[in-house]
Amino acid sequence: MGIDIAKVGAEPEEERDATTWSRRDFLSLAAWGGVLAFLSTVTVAFMRFMFPRVLFEPTPRFNAGRPDTFQPGTVDTRFIQSHRTWIVRYEDGSFFAMLAICTHLGCTPNWIPADRKYKCPCHGSGYYMDGFNYEGPAPRPMDRVKIALSPEGDLLVDRSILYSMKPGGDPDEQYPDSLLRA
Amino acid sequence: MFRRLKELKKNILESQVWRSMFRHDYADTPRNRTLQIMSNVWMHLHPPKIRRHAIRIRFTWCMGGITFLLFLVLTVTGVVLMFYYRPVAEYAYADMKYLQFDVPFGMLVRNMHRWAAHGMVLSVWLHMFRVFMTGSYKSPREFNWVIGVILLTLTLLLSFTGYLLPWDQLSIWAVTVGTNMARATPLLGHEGPFAQVAGVTPRYDARAFLLGGTIVGPPTLLRFYVLHCIFLPILASLLMIVHFWRIRKDGGISGPL
Repeated sequence: MGIDIAKVGAEPEEERDATTWSRRDFLSLAAWGGVLAFLSTVTVAFMRFMFPRVLFEPTPRFNAGRPDTFQPGTVDTRFIQSHRTWIVRYEDGSFFAMLAICTHLGCTPNWIPADRKYKCPCHGSGYYMDGFNYEGPAPRPMDRVKIALSPEGDLLVDRSILYSMKPGGDPDEQYPDSLLRA
Repeated sequence: MFRRLKELKKNILESQVWRSMFRHDYADTPRNRTLQIMSNVWMHLHPPKIRRHAIRIRFTWCMGGITFLLFLVLTVTGVVLMFYYRPVAEYAYADMKYLQFDVPFGMLVRNMHRWAAHGMVLSVWLHMFRVFMTGSYKSPREFNWVIGVILLTLTLLLSFTGYLLPWDQLSIWAVTVGTNMARATPLLGHEGPFAQVAGVTPRYDARAFLLGGTIVGPPTLLRFYVLHCIFLPILASLLMIVHFWRIRKDGGISGPL
């Protein structure tokens, strides 16, 4: 190597002013900046690419039918398969709709009528009829969703309106709005 | 500005983290040009000679080698399974059963893939345990330990993404539980710390990124399939190349003290 190619055309090191950039520095930084800008743009675009505008998932709203088909003091499991939601009716006739999603890690608990409790098959969390967690690893009561009467008198459930329960509190007192008085 | 940049560069280049990763500088000198070629990764995948202690089974347990062998088994059987398996919700479970009951040697290949996967998770843990107990993570091998920890994580992720592919109740619920942990990611998960600051929602957060939606559904199956068959194996292979090369450049398998 007779001539060091890297040094050809570059200014001598000691003559370079601390505040000026040589043409080589400028072009080098510009090129790397361009590469970085391209890569970061592509990364952001890819992140957006992974979130489609439309999801093909079950609709959050459904019609649960006439209120008089639900017996007071029971938990109705008709809409578990299709919408993963219990329609619960207290003895006093009021309704609420609760998501069948365990607050521990998201499995579907089962309503066990003989024990009057919901029991999660994954890690054994247990809940009372109102959704309050009393055993197992679940950290808080199960979440409820909006239930209302349509003008025709049908029960309408909207899973997109969520009553997210905090740990420890009585679910009925945390969200009185989640109850539908009939 | 320029001077400060140079100082910053100097500090980075002389830090232990940098020096554990890059052993010689990049200045355009004949010596460095020679070093770049002579220590090139492609020239050091296979050693010309190894020390006697490196093949002592009681010291190494051969766990790294067994892990690599299992990875090769998984790659070959995985590619063979891909001839029948379709990552579509309507077909995935049926294709798995078809492989088991109607494809000659299908049961054998599927079970080889399954048991090699279990074995690989076990052997990487034992490999890590051995490396820790023999102190082989110490300088100059600290960078290779970091690569190894990333490889362990990739092995677990490969195992986790492969678990969904049979598309039965067990795998769907296991992945439901596993991806629900992503809800609690700081900043990126909608139930994690600082979720409000980052503005993430159930529809746009780390979990939705993994699932391709808000539930474990057909998009999740396809997403995990691509991760399992393309993205994670390529990433793991690249890191394995660096891992083996680093063993050689750091003086071979560490010996008994």
